[in-house]
Amino acid sequence: MSFNLQESFKKLNEGDVLLAYKGSITTELITNVLEVIESKLDDINTASAVRKKIYNVLVESLQNLFHHIEDIPEEIKNKVDPRFGVLVVARENSFYRISTGNFVRADKVKQLKDKIDKINSLSREELKDMYKFVLNHQKLSAKGGGGLGLIDIAKKTGNKMEYMFQNYDSDFYFFNLNVFISESKD
Amino acid sequence: MEPIIIEGTPKTPSVRFDATQGIVEIKGRSIPENSIEFYKPLVDWLEQYSGTPAPKTSVNIHLEYFNTSSSKCILDVFKKLEAIHKAKNDVIVNWYYEEDDEDMLEAGEDYESIIRIPFKMIEVED
Repeated sequence: MSFNLQESFKKLNEGDVLLAYKGSITTELITNVLEVIESKLDDINTASAVRKKIYNVLVESLQNLFHHIEDIPEEIKNKVDPRFGVLVVARENSFYRISTGNFVRADKVKQLKDKIDKINSLSREELKDMYKFVLNHQKLSAKGGGGLGLIDIAKKTGNKMEYMFQNYDSDFYFFNLNVFISESKD
Repeated sequence: MEPIIIEGTPKTPSVRFDATQGIVEIKGRSIPENSIEFYKPLVDWLEQYSGTPAPKTSVNIHLEYFNTSSSKCILDVFKKLEAIHKAKNDVIVNWYYEEDDEDMLEAGEDYESIIRIPFKMIEVED
């Protein structure tokens, strides 16, 4: 069974989709997506605190994607855009779901998986402490990433992140991350 | 010292750093992909300002959104201000947050717990 990009994208498009995109993840794209989502959120009857949370988490998700997109498998380089990634924002049950997807090199999978598992296992207080520790002790990378994105998402949403690594070939996996924002304030 | 005046954009905040009046103000959105470029001149300005600061420096942070890339740079800004405070100058941080925005209030409290400068949390209406 081999991984199919189209099928995978279709699956993400469940629920009431506010926005779905697949292609290059560039700074211009991020600016455009944020503009579109902001105006859509204005039309939705949701508490302003929840709208802000969705916007914040979307910023972090997109920029995480932007900072971590690496090479794509050689054989599909001419079939997909450079810096290829996917994004879906949907409303499902009583949650807003932000799904992102990108290729990752096989040797990075374990590290990423361990990081998400670790973050998912922490209590709210532990997440706060971890956030402050990383904020205070880790230097920004040259690209501007600070290793805080996932911690911040977990802290702001208060929900566990879901992920999936699908094997593409011997060198690559396709990584899907779903984060959930509760529609109502607790 | 020349003041810094920068207009806000959809991804970067408006800035007013005024040495004569002792005003350090950052307002709006701070969500650039790479925040170092934006904040480096601000941190450099504060480094210079710390040589001859105003007797009292009022720091007004009124952000609607900021990303984690900016959060590190904002910490660098506070660290420069902390040094000014440590050298026995008056420094106060006014941290503004919109009502109901608990995340922004919490972000202010996180900085307050890391940086040794007095913080004042100010709730404003949406």
